[in-house]
Amino acid sequence: MNKKIKRAAVSYIFLAVLLIAAVVLNLCLGSTDISVNELITALKDHDSSPVTYRILTQIRLPRTAAALILGGGLAVSGLLLQSFFSNPVAGPYILGISSGAKLAVALIMVYSLAKGILLSSAAMVGAAFVGALASMFIVLAISAKVKRMSILIVCGVMIGYICSAITEFIVNLSDDSNIVNLHNWSMGSFSGISPDEAVAAAFIIIPAVVCAFFLSKPMDAYRLGESYAVSSGVNVSLFRAALILLSSLLSACVTAFAGPVSFVGIAVPHGVKSLFGTSKPIVILPACFLGGAVFCLFCDLITRTVFAPTELSISTVTAVFGAPVVIWMLTGRERRMDNE
Amino acid sequence: MNDAVLSAEGLSVGYSGKAVLSGIEIKAEKGKILTLIGPNGAGKSTLLKTLCRQLEPVGGTVFIGKEDISRLKSRELAKNMAVLLTQKVKTQLMTCREAVETGRFPYVGALGVMGDEDRKKVDEALEMVGASEFADKDIDKLSDGQRQRVLLARAICQEPDILILDEPATFLDIRYKLELMSLLKKLASERGVSIIMSLHELELAQKVSDMILCIKGDSPDRYGTPEEIFSGGYIEKLYGTKKGRFCEYYGSVELSAAEGEPEVLVIGGGGKGLGIYRQLQRKGIPFAVGVLHENDIEFPAAKSLASEVITESAFEPVSVEKVSDAMAVMEKCRYVLCANHKFGTMNKGNADLLEKAENCGKLIKDVEDIG
Repeated sequence: MNKKIKRAAVSYIFLAVLLIAAVVLNLCLGSTDISVNELITALKDHDSSPVTYRILTQIRLPRTAAALILGGGLAVSGLLLQSFFSNPVAGPYILGISSGAKLAVALIMVYSLAKGILLSSAAMVGAAFVGALASMFIVLAISAKVKRMSILIVCGVMIGYICSAITEFIVNLSDDSNIVNLHNWSMGSFSGISPDEAVAAAFIIIPAVVCAFFLSKPMDAYRLGESYAVSSGVNVSLFRAALILLSSLLSACVTAFAGPVSFVGIAVPHGVKSLFGTSKPIVILPACFLGGAVFCLFCDLITRTVFAPTELSISTVTAVFGAPVVIWMLTGRERRMDNE
Repeated sequence: MNDAVLSAEGLSVGYSGKAVLSGIEIKAEKGKILTLIGPNGAGKSTLLKTLCRQLEPVGGTVFIGKEDISRLKSRELAKNMAVLLTQKVKTQLMTCREAVETGRFPYVGALGVMGDEDRKKVDEALEMVGASEFADKDIDKLSDGQRQRVLLARAICQEPDILILDEPATFLDIRYKLELMSLLKKLASERGVSIIMSLHELELAQKVSDMILCIKGDSPDRYGTPEEIFSGGYIEKLYGTKKGRFCEYYGSVELSAAEGEPEVLVIGGGGKGLGIYRQLQRKGIPFAVGVLHENDIEFPAAKSLASEVITESAFEPVSVEKVSDAMAVMEKCRYVLCANHKFGTMNKGNADLLEKAENCGKLIKDVEDIG
C-alpha cells in the first residue's frame, strides 16, 4: 500500500516538474528568446519592457495555456474512451471522433464566412460537439456489430479519412482570404489562439475534467467488465452515456480551438499508466491531464522552434511520438493474445 | 412462514425476447444453498443472469423479499446481491486487492475511497479465499483458479444477502474445490447468505446443496433435496447419458463396460478389486465379478464395469448356490484374478472359488499376464 502511494507521489512530482519546465520553456523560447529573468520582471512590472509584455500576454501565454488545457483535456478524453471500450487502444483521433468534429466546424466556418458572420467560441464548440457525437454514434453502431477492437479502429480511421476528405473538399470549394486560416486549423495548430479563446477553452475543459474525475469510481468498477460493474452498483447505462458525452465534449472542444490533434488520447494515458504502474482511474485521471498538458506543450514547442521560422502542424509532431506507441501497443496485444 | 430471500414465479428467461427457459419457480431461502444442475446449454447461466438483473426477464418478475428487483436502485441491489460469473475478466494494470475493493463500492463514497473498516473487510475476504499472498499482484497475471478466488473474495466483501455463482468450481483444483464448498457452507450457515449457483460437478452438488433445481429442455424438470434428485436413476435421465454410468451413492461416474462375453472372472470384495476392474475396463477386456455382497464398497463399480456380477444379499454368508453360479461362469472364462488372499466367515465361499481356480490352472496374478 505504502509503496503504491510513494510511487504515485513520485510520479506526480515528476509530472509537475515537467509541466513547470514546459510552461517556462514555452514562454521563453520563440522568435525572440526571453530569459527567465526577463520573463519574471516583465510579468511583475508591465511597463519595464512593453514589447516583451505584449509578446507574453498576447501570444505566448494564451498559446501555452491553450496547449496545456487542451492537451490535458484530450488525454482525459482518450482515457474515458478507453474505459468505455475496455481497451487501451481507443482515442478520439483514431476512432474518427476528432475528424467528425473537424468536419462540423469546417462546415459552420465556411457557412459563416460566406455570410460574413463572426463565429463565437461557443458556436464553434457547439458545432464540434455535434460533429463529434455524430462520429461517435457511427463508431458505436459499428462496435455493436464487430467485437474485435482492431477492426473497430480500422473503421474509425476510415471515418476519419472520409471526414477529412469532405473537409478538404469544402475548404477547396469555398473561396475566401480566410481560407488559409481554415486550412492551418484543419491540420491542427495551437497558433493564433487569442486570450479570450484560451479562457473559453478553460471554462469548458476544466469543468468537464472535474466531472470526469467524479466518474472515477464507476470507471474503477468497470475495469472488471460490465457485468461486475453492474454488480458493484454502477448504473451502467447512465455511466456509459456520461462517458460518451464527456469524452465527446472534451475532444470537440480541443478540435474547435486547435483542430484535430493526433494520438495524444492514446499515447499519454498509456505512458501515464506505465509510469504509475496502475490503471486505477482516481490516480490516473488527474495524471493524464498533467501528462497530456506536458506532452502537448513540448510538442507545440517543437512545432514552432525546430524548423523556425516554418511552423509545423501539431499533429505532425504528436504523430511522430504517438503513433509508434500505438503500433507498439497493438503488436504487444497481438503477442499476448497468441500466448493465451 | 416465508423465508424466501429471492423468489420468482412463472419466470421466463432468454435473450432479446426469446425465452430459453420458462415456467421457472424459484425460491432461495436464508442460509440455504440452492444448486442448479442440468446439461450444457440448458440455460442455467441465462437464468442466473436474469436473477441478478444482468438480463431482463422475458416474462415474470424476480423478487428480493417483497420488492420487484427491477425497481431497486443499482446501489441497493449491489448491497443485497453479489455475483461470481464465468466470463473471463480482462484487465490492465489492476491488482487483486483493487479488484476485491470494487466489492465495497456500494458502501463507500462518491470517489470510491476505502475507509479503515472497508480495508479490513477486504483483507478478511482475501484471507478467507486464501488469496492474501498474491493480493498485490496483477490480476491479469494469475492462473484461472487464482483469479476465480479473487473474484469470490470480491463477492464476499460485498456482504450480500444473496450470492449468485455461475460454475464457481470450474478452473479450481481439487483442494480449492473442496475449500470453496466449505467456504460456501460457512457463508450460508454463519452469515445466513442464501446461495444460488450452477454446478457441473454433480458430486459436489450432491454434497453441498440444500435444494437442487434440475433444468432440462426448456423448463425446470425437478426440484428437491439432493436425496430426492440423486435416486432412481434420475441423473442419467436428466443428462441423457448413453455411455457409462452415474453412481448415485457417491455422485461419481464410471465409464462404459467392455462389451462381450466375460473373458476373466474377478474374485473381488472389500475394495481390493476396484483397481482390477478399472485396469480391465481400460484394456477393453470384458469380465465377470463374483461373488460380491450387495453392500460391498465395490458393488456400484462392479455393476457398471462388469458384464456379469454374481451377487449375494447383504450381511448373508456366500451361499453354495452362488458359488456354483460363479463356478459356471468360471468355466467359460479363460482366466481368474483374485484380489483377496484372506477370507472371512461371510465370504468363505469365495475361498472355495479361489481353490477351484488354482486347481484348473486359470488363476493368474496380474492383469498384465493376460495374453
